[in-house]
Amino acid sequence: MQQKNQHDYSVVNHSVRKKDAMALVTGQPVFMDDVVQNHCLTVKLLHSPHAHARIRSIDTSRALQVAGIECVLTYKDVPQKRFTLAGQTYPEPSPYDRLILDKELRFVGDVVAIVAGETKKAVDQAMKRIKVDYEILDPVLDFRTAKDNPVIVHPEENWISLCPVGADNKRNLCASGMEAEGDVDSILDSCDYVVERTYHTKACQQAMMETFRTYTKLDPYGRLIVTSSTQIPFHVRRILANALDIKKSRIRVCKPRIGGGFGAKQTAVSEIYPAIVTMKTGKAAKIIFSRYESQIASSPRHEMEVKVKIGADRTGIIQAIDVYSLSNTGAFGEHGPTTVGLSGHKSIPLYGKAKAFRFAYDVVYTNQMSAGAYRGYGATQGFFAVESAVNELADNMHMDPFVLRRINMVQEGQIMPAYYGEKNTSCALDRCLDRVKEMIGWDEKYPSKDMGNGKVRGVGLAIAMQGSGISNVDVGSATVKLNDDGFYTLSIGASDMGTGCDTILSQIAAEELGCSLDDVTVFGVDTDASPYDSGSYASSTTYITGQAVVKACRELKKRIAEYSKKYPGLSLKEIGNQSMAGNDISLEVTSMHTSPVSPPPFMAGAAEVEVDKETGQVELIDYAAVVDCGTTVNPNLARVQVEGGLVQGIGMALYENIQYTDKGKLRNNSFMQYKIPTRQDIGDIHVEFESSYENSGPYGAKSIGEIVINTPGPAIADAVYHATGLRFRELPITPEMIAMGLDEEE
Amino acid sequence: MLIKMWLNGKAVRAHIKSDTLLLDFVREQGCKSVKYGCDTANCGLCTVMLEGEPVLSCSTLAARVEGKHVVTLEGLQDEAREFGEFLADQGADQCGYCNPGFIMNILAMMKELDDPTDDEIKEYLAGNLCRCSGFVGQMRSIRNYIKSKKEGRHAAEESA
Repeated sequence: MQQKNQHDYSVVNHSVRKKDAMALVTGQPVFMDDVVQNHCLTVKLLHSPHAHARIRSIDTSRALQVAGIECVLTYKDVPQKRFTLAGQTYPEPSPYDRLILDKELRFVGDVVAIVAGETKKAVDQAMKRIKVDYEILDPVLDFRTAKDNPVIVHPEENWISLCPVGADNKRNLCASGMEAEGDVDSILDSCDYVVERTYHTKACQQAMMETFRTYTKLDPYGRLIVTSSTQIPFHVRRILANALDIKKSRIRVCKPRIGGGFGAKQTAVSEIYPAIVTMKTGKAAKIIFSRYESQIASSPRHEMEVKVKIGADRTGIIQAIDVYSLSNTGAFGEHGPTTVGLSGHKSIPLYGKAKAFRFAYDVVYTNQMSAGAYRGYGATQGFFAVESAVNELADNMHMDPFVLRRINMVQEGQIMPAYYGEKNTSCALDRCLDRVKEMIGWDEKYPSKDMGNGKVRGVGLAIAMQGSGISNVDVGSATVKLNDDGFYTLSIGASDMGTGCDTILSQIAAEELGCSLDDVTVFGVDTDASPYDSGSYASSTTYITGQAVVKACRELKKRIAEYSKKYPGLSLKEIGNQSMAGNDISLEVTSMHTSPVSPPPFMAGAAEVEVDKETGQVELIDYAAVVDCGTTVNPNLARVQVEGGLVQGIGMALYENIQYTDKGKLRNNSFMQYKIPTRQDIGDIHVEFESSYENSGPYGAKSIGEIVINTPGPAIADAVYHATGLRFRELPITPEMIAMGLDEEE
Repeated sequence: MLIKMWLNGKAVRAHIKSDTLLLDFVREQGCKSVKYGCDTANCGLCTVMLEGEPVLSCSTLAARVEGKHVVTLEGLQDEAREFGEFLADQGADQCGYCNPGFIMNILAMMKELDDPTDDEIKEYLAGNLCRCSGFVGQMRSIRNYIKSKKEGRHAAEESA
């Protein structure tokens, strides 16, 4: 095994500042609403008040009379070809089930009409004057009853599924499937210990600070120029072409600085609305989602109910894992068929000694907001279930959950049958787990300690993995150019959404080119000017695009060497300057990269909580996490990824609740009702790295962005169990649940 | 209605609607550092100084600043840079969208609290949400900033 710091890099593995840092901290105008022209149409959306309804009639005449109103669009005004908003490579696994506006409304918040006008005020006034006669239909609101329900969410004939994902709209199925190896049932029957439990996680919101927003205008060639806060500029180009039924060549998408994404902006939530306004009116238009709209009509995590059956022999060796995931994709299928896969593909392979596994799933349509991509992408839901089941198994066996994991977890060099049969090429999970145990003080604190003041402390553990890009699918590209005076330009199609990939990829370029970071300028993303990249998602940017940067730089170095051979004795500065005239050796290289494998990063997380037995209040005292993401290209940025992801996971575990009324209306439609953690809610967080070295990644790097959200759910739930004796199989675990549970026990 | 006020030290006369929010007003005046984040006074992104006190500009009518001084991060560039370097050195600036409101409140805190404890810092800044950083790197940067301010003060005292 290669040890960290084995390589003495000069730029990679250094905690340099983000290239855009000083602009950000001084509040420079770099975000979408800062960079676009002020004088443009304001676009707003009229949302459905009903979970399931059909528009009998819609009268916009009085709305159009409001001074300053440019247009009011309804289902009669839009193309009738269905499409998906999911940012995925073509052909998308997500079904084509949307229209820009539809006569049938499928959730509270679905868009009824698009209003555009000169001022916000005029638009607000016009919205009130739209008269809609709704035929109210029965909704399907409980995802457990959705499959084969008489209420069909997508009965329409032009619904299409492009990929064989087991979809059937007539059965409310967005996807379904099963895979297995070995005889799970008979192995489980022969196990000495078996745990069979069902776990439930809700449709948590990414809640990035910058809400969804897009600006559109026409350029002198009549092309649609889209400036959008998006993780997926190239997919947005295709999605808009599909939605508007125009040629892709007519669309150009640019990404300014993005105020956070976390997967939310891997779905084209806001782009279609101003785009159709601009196409209809020829005028520039902009939409800024309110926080309310970002909560009720966006792209949150898929609610899942995951049933786990796991069995071990007398010595604690896990023999078989059986997982069934029921996923709620809501009214539309964005990311439905793919997120569910991760609930099994990432969780099951952690236990490398199992002889058999089975993973089955159904993804169902309901009349709730469509789900989408959120950091962890289904793996998070799977880990809450499988890791909780492992904790329950340990408890049944009276075995320390640390020990149970230590003797079962996957090792470097093993083949992982439930992970597409991939070999585990780089893995320091053993070191991660050992270190996290020390950091939390497991031996002194496990399982719990009564503080003597009505409060009890408990500790809990979990381990996790994720992928690094989607194997054989994700594509990253980089263009590297030598310029006069010898500076380099790096162009990328990957979207920096605050994570710092512009800087990280520049570090990789500088390391490879042997120059300082300041000698590399970075540009991204404009679909006209940037090399193609499938986008910043699936934990792919460092691993996939990073390797494209390596390739491009290596080729450029060869070209520079070729030039030097022709004109010996020149410095890089002289080459840069001289090559600008009388030169036919192109000192500009574009390279593309994809990977046949998706090497998992690994981590271990441990929580210590303090529960007030009187009130049920849980205080997170300490959270320790140790991550193996391969080489940390920028240790500071990697650390902040971990801290930020942990806090989102803590929010999911303890605070962020999603509650619908019996009419299908979301109650948690603001930051008043949807409580993301504040800095007072998170206790002490300690992060360390135990790095393996992944040969297929740039400088040994794997991924970090998503894995970090996976451990808090199961670790905190087990810590609460150790403190209270109450086992919670649904998140979030609220003080009410604990207080009432303790009350019942008495 | 006509309003007269000072924005970042400059006198401004502008016509506003009676229900114009201070957030929209200062952005229209070119102060784009002031961000919109929530509608419900929960996130702190829109924080500006009104007569030296931090206020949420999303919950303040522009009409209320008649005759008063409003300062945004555009008017505190040196201070923003000074603290911002510490934030950048942790990589905790991240997406940057919450940075301006957060930094406004740090500057306010430094005026209000003398040598604050971690708990006091957390309490003072509880109204500033951040979804990227998990707050931990922000805390490191604040600690380093306070330390450097103290050292600067000691050095100044010693040389005096």
